[in-house]
Amino acid sequence: MNELTSFWSGWIIVISLGSIIGCYVLLSVVRKGQKFNGDTQQTMGHEFDGIEEYDNPLPKWWYWMFVLTVIFALGYLALYPGLGNFKGLLGWTQESAYNEEVAAAEAEFGPMFAQFSQTPIEALAKNDQAMRIGQRLFANNCSQCHGSAATGGYGFPNLTDKDWLYGGDAASIKQTILNGRMGAMPAWGPILGESGVHQVSQYVMSLSGRETDAAAAKKGQALYSTNCQACHGEQAQGNHLFGAPNLTDNIWLYGGGEQQIKQTIRNGRSGRMPAWEAILGQDKSHVVAGYVYSLSNQ
Amino acid sequence: MSTAFDHPTYNYSVVRAFTIMTVVWGVVGMAIGVLIASQLVWPGLLADIPYLHFGRLRPLHTNAVIFGFGGSALFATSYYVVQRTTQTRLFSEVLSGFTFWGWQIIIVAAAITLPLGYTQTKEYAELEWPIDILITLVWVAYAINFFGTIAKRKMKHIYVANWFYGAFIITVAVLHIGNSAVIPVSAFKSYSVYSGAADAMVQWWYGHNAVGFFLTAGFLGMMYYFVPKQTGRPVFSYRLSIVHFWALISLYIWAGPHHLHYTALPNWTQSLGMVMSLILLAPSWGGMINGVMTLSGAWHKLRHDPILRFLVVSLSFYGMSTFEGPMMSIKTVNALSHYTDWTIGHVHAGALGWVAMVSIGAVYHMLPALYGMKPGQMYSTRLINTHFWLATIGTVLYIASMWVNGIMQGLMWRAFNDDGSLTYTFVEAVDASYPGWFVRVLGGAVFLLGMLLMSYNTYMTVRQASKSEPNSLKTDAQPA
Repeated sequence: MNELTSFWSGWIIVISLGSIIGCYVLLSVVRKGQKFNGDTQQTMGHEFDGIEEYDNPLPKWWYWMFVLTVIFALGYLALYPGLGNFKGLLGWTQESAYNEEVAAAEAEFGPMFAQFSQTPIEALAKNDQAMRIGQRLFANNCSQCHGSAATGGYGFPNLTDKDWLYGGDAASIKQTILNGRMGAMPAWGPILGESGVHQVSQYVMSLSGRETDAAAAKKGQALYSTNCQACHGEQAQGNHLFGAPNLTDNIWLYGGGEQQIKQTIRNGRSGRMPAWEAILGQDKSHVVAGYVYSLSNQ
Repeated sequence: MSTAFDHPTYNYSVVRAFTIMTVVWGVVGMAIGVLIASQLVWPGLLADIPYLHFGRLRPLHTNAVIFGFGGSALFATSYYVVQRTTQTRLFSEVLSGFTFWGWQIIIVAAAITLPLGYTQTKEYAELEWPIDILITLVWVAYAINFFGTIAKRKMKHIYVANWFYGAFIITVAVLHIGNSAVIPVSAFKSYSVYSGAADAMVQWWYGHNAVGFFLTAGFLGMMYYFVPKQTGRPVFSYRLSIVHFWALISLYIWAGPHHLHYTALPNWTQSLGMVMSLILLAPSWGGMINGVMTLSGAWHKLRHDPILRFLVVSLSFYGMSTFEGPMMSIKTVNALSHYTDWTIGHVHAGALGWVAMVSIGAVYHMLPALYGMKPGQMYSTRLINTHFWLATIGTVLYIASMWVNGIMQGLMWRAFNDDGSLTYTFVEAVDASYPGWFVRVLGGAVFLLGMLLMSYNTYMTVRQASKSEPNSLKTDAQPA
């Protein structure tokens, strides 16, 4: 953390302590000047729209409450960082408190996860204890996008079926979790034109066995071979290397309606799975991989 | 502004106008509050209309209640109190009219621009730069008008209510100008001149002092006039006034960082925000003691006087929330309460229990006097009493449900399993919050119902006054 210059540090110390001590001095001076010790009927002698003011003393309990908070404040500022660059006698910072808590949790739970990481993912998927933990980690870290039942949603893949964008073997799943994925479908509208988009969409729909405009689909097939085949494959079965989806199984990440397919072709899509290694670490990612693997390999 | 009830000495027409608008903006702002509370229970409610989406209506609610309702109440009472306690007419007719119309235009502009999505995204300072400039002009006019009147006063001393109003006016000017410093890029878009943690710090320096000066110091000024007037008793202790005034205004300004505990804000800033908030307990309670003790010897009046009940209960909620605030500013407590509904409950203990109730009491006291009747002689005292119970029950339902929700959320978020993983997902805490959110809608609706009774009572009082001869104003220069 950046240090303040000594001028600004001194400035903070002076005005902080000045405000606190100033309040105490004000309190003492007013209390010393009191003319009465208990409740009085004596007023101050001025009157405003009929309102007068008694010269009652400061309530004693209130005075002591004020003094106690001042003492607490000065004590706190001696122990904790508050007065400019003065670090406080305890050397406490929120960063050190966080690091200590994380280290304590690592020391307590780390060995268990380290042990799990020795088990191959396929076997871990059958370990009940590991799967209960995996389920909780999934619920807290992954369910926001993939859903609490892991069945996905618009733009977020279903993890319970056998349809995988980047491969469903244990190693691929772990790779996806650790490093994330960037899925990019280019926008073909400017290249194909609106009629080309229509033709390709008719062909793509015919791949999953739907009724389409046959003449347009035939033209679309030709366009597919030149433009789409490189990623989605000759048989349109997709390619795990690029995360290119299989177009023949009627499973759609961004919707399978005609308009939605056209939208995908025209404007492209981009999907991003974040990399979790920095957040979860190797060992917990391993357990989550086991859990995700178990969802489609019961 | 009507001239039918012109007072021989005082400018009452601007006070009348602000008083009526206090009631109007109170109803509008709280109705929007009930609507957005309902949207949290039924998320589909009006969700398809972008102008009425929660994200746009929420700042409209806060602006309408803080600046529309609270602001109008502060203008009305400060203009009334400063005239009566200095025995002088307001400094300037032109500035009085300008502050009224300027302020109303600002609130209307908020009601138009916020639903359209124009926002600076700073909490309680959402209004874009052209409106900010108008706020600045109105505020400078207000300051000249208020302090000009003080300067013309007929006596040597300045009454304590005016110290608080004065501190509120000066500090809000500094806060508004400091926090709203932006670079405009178009007619309705600007960027803050601050960045990162400094921007957050300036925002909460402003944000907490919107509470400290707009919603506390200003309303303490109100309390210092209407409580002794309504009880007919001298203020408990002048010495206490002196200590708690100076301590309150010098310490509040430090408290902002407690909104940013455990963030990118430097450790030293957080610590200072915390200790200053803690010391603030005694100065805050000074005002409560001075108000409540003023009643000693006059407690029996509570039995017959619902206006006094509003004032006394407002002081109780003030004492409660100014105890709760310093506690919540302690870092370890804040670690539980921050980002939960507890914060919203705390704010409304202050906003409904303190600010709204003291304003309602003040309006009931002042309104008949402004229309040539005796202070407090509204069309129906029974309706005031009903309003009092609705307001109290509404406030209690609101804050109790938010306490339960807040503590539950805080505990759910920090619950760990024995494998070190979190016990609950975020959405489970959301799901568990629904019953509390429903009770909040009930509480808000009950409070709003009271405001509707107040509108009716106000309308009937004004109508009654308009029918009779307003000659009694001539004798009103004497202390009532």
